[in-house]
Amino acid sequence: MIDLTLPAWAGWAMGCGLLLFILMVALSVRRNHGIKRSLFAMPYTLWMFIFTLLPCVLIAYYALTDANGRFTLDNFRSFWDSNHIMRENLRAMGGDEMAATVARGSVNVDTLVYSLWMAFLCTAISLVLGYPAALFMADRKMKLGATLVVLFIIPMWMNFLLRTIAWMSLLEDNGLINAFLEWIGIGRRQLMYNQQAVLLGMVYNFLPFMVFPIYTSLSKLDPKLGEAAQDLGCNEIRTLYKVTMPLSLPGVISGITMVFMPSVTTFFIPRVLGGGNTRMFGDLIESTFKTAGNWNLGSALSLIMMVLILISLSILRKADPNGEGGGIV
Amino acid sequence: MEEPRMIHLENISKEYDGVTVLDDINLYIRKKEFVTLLGPSGCGKTTTLRIIGGFEYPTTGRVMFEGKDITNLPPYKRRVNTVFQKYALFPHLNVYDNIAFGLKLKKMSRAEISKRVDKMLNLVNMAGYGKRSVDSLSGGQQQRIAIARSLVNEPEVLLLDEPLGALDLKLRKEMQLELKSMQQQLGITFLYVTHDQEEALTMSDTIVVMNAGHILQIGTPKKIYDEPQNAFVANFIGESNIIPGTMIRDELVHFSGVDFPCVDAGFGENVPVDVVVRPEDIVIVGEDIGQLTGTVKSVLFKGVHYEMMIESGDFTWKVHSTSMQPAGSRVGLSIVPFNIHIMHPMKEAAK
Repeated sequence: MIDLTLPAWAGWAMGCGLLLFILMVALSVRRNHGIKRSLFAMPYTLWMFIFTLLPCVLIAYYALTDANGRFTLDNFRSFWDSNHIMRENLRAMGGDEMAATVARGSVNVDTLVYSLWMAFLCTAISLVLGYPAALFMADRKMKLGATLVVLFIIPMWMNFLLRTIAWMSLLEDNGLINAFLEWIGIGRRQLMYNQQAVLLGMVYNFLPFMVFPIYTSLSKLDPKLGEAAQDLGCNEIRTLYKVTMPLSLPGVISGITMVFMPSVTTFFIPRVLGGGNTRMFGDLIESTFKTAGNWNLGSALSLIMMVLILISLSILRKADPNGEGGGIV
Repeated sequence: MEEPRMIHLENISKEYDGVTVLDDINLYIRKKEFVTLLGPSGCGKTTTLRIIGGFEYPTTGRVMFEGKDITNLPPYKRRVNTVFQKYALFPHLNVYDNIAFGLKLKKMSRAEISKRVDKMLNLVNMAGYGKRSVDSLSGGQQQRIAIARSLVNEPEVLLLDEPLGALDLKLRKEMQLELKSMQQQLGITFLYVTHDQEEALTMSDTIVVMNAGHILQIGTPKKIYDEPQNAFVANFIGESNIIPGTMIRDELVHFSGVDFPCVDAGFGENVPVDVVVRPEDIVIVGEDIGQLTGTVKSVLFKGVHYEMMIESGDFTWKVHSTSMQPAGSRVGLSIVPFNIHIMHPMKEAAK
């Protein structure tokens, strides 16, 4: 039998939510009820507090303590130099000379730099591919535009993992693409388990997140602005970079944010399509927690990543002062 | 002195998905002329303007510019500029950069651009606003900037698509006069689109009345007002009483059961016609001496005058007069021959 029963806590949550909603509608009808609207945001605020804010505090706590719960900055040192614990152990055993020969372990920093580089590449490729696509989709004269929108949405209805695994069957040694390559006489070749395959998987999965914000901001543009530019002497290309592009900047920034962030943290794509040959930071955090069981170091790595994302977000929002990309005004 | 023809539309037709919006339009515009395309919405006046601007291409016909065929030339190669209905100012540029937009494309020196932009800001009474963002301006100010942005390029022809439509009445009237004086000062040809007949009468040298993709009449404001060619024009330009009648012979017309002397001729004898009489041209006289008699049905105070609906026989006349007759009173109506205007009936005119 399939278990279709509602978990008790979900039932309570839905019940309370419904009650609050009815109460809110009732109070909206009668003005001046003396109850602040913000009160109704309480359940969500509570939810956010328990499941978002609290874990962040816990991550910070773990990152700043050792396995015995004592305050330490060792986890951050391990990020910078993954061998420092080994070196200290050697020193503690009196092997100062041997300790001096242990070089700085740069695996964590390298992985982060590599992840940032991959995310940058993925974002850049998505932008270059996505902008013209969005431009085409938003063009009112193109009858195909609407069809293209649907074509971009349909893959998103499928599960993200499934889509990535589907690429495996395309790229693998006995896969569809290799069969085709052999048929046209180029011969089979290793397509998977390398950087290109990971990048391909990332671009494929995140491209819609670039296309849609740009598409939205382009289709909101008044077509009269393009006409005005042409009227004042711009040809089509100049109109594009003097009017259309600057005015779609909020969409571009939003798209960059939405592609860059999941790209840095992705761990499933490099694992499936990279086969462990290319390690990314999300992958590293996951294995630090699960394989190595080192929650303290894992938390430190997560914290570093969060800070980096926050910094890059605030830089991006500087470029979008109106906050149309979805941010601070 | 006759100015040379700037723009000549030859047999322009335009269809959208099989629907005809312009049907065989022929029109020319002379240099320095202020021409207004006037008609109800959907009559094709904006499409005509967009064809001249280069934003639409006609299905058939040619657009001539100083004798050269520009039908298929893109907008940026035409020596015309457009003031758009809702201004279409660039929101990412400030006032100065909006006006300088066209000049910068011409690779002009910065000093020259600055000089010209300042001159334009002065012309439209917006000096000192250069650094402001366009979003911070009121509708009337945005309109001035849009006009300056077009005029700074020194176009041969300025196309204006209901530029004052979004402004309130008082501001609109001020801008009408300003636009007219700008046009005279700069000596630029203006092609103006509006559905406001009063605006058209105030500003234009020539009015082109359009309806349903056709040009119904082209003429000076006075001619269009005094001698409308058919009932549509008479109705659209100002208020009028239009009554079917019969032309008995030259200078004598029969309507409302009475023979009226008039000044029109050349219609033939015993021909059905439409008769137009403007409300202000009907004189209320004593019941015993009027050409017609009637009963006042309603009275409305309109500020300068009273508007009375006076029923005479089976026709109700709209009469404007500064002296009021109370509702229900019997009055006589009199029309001098000069104020009776005879037209071909609408159906015949369409042929």
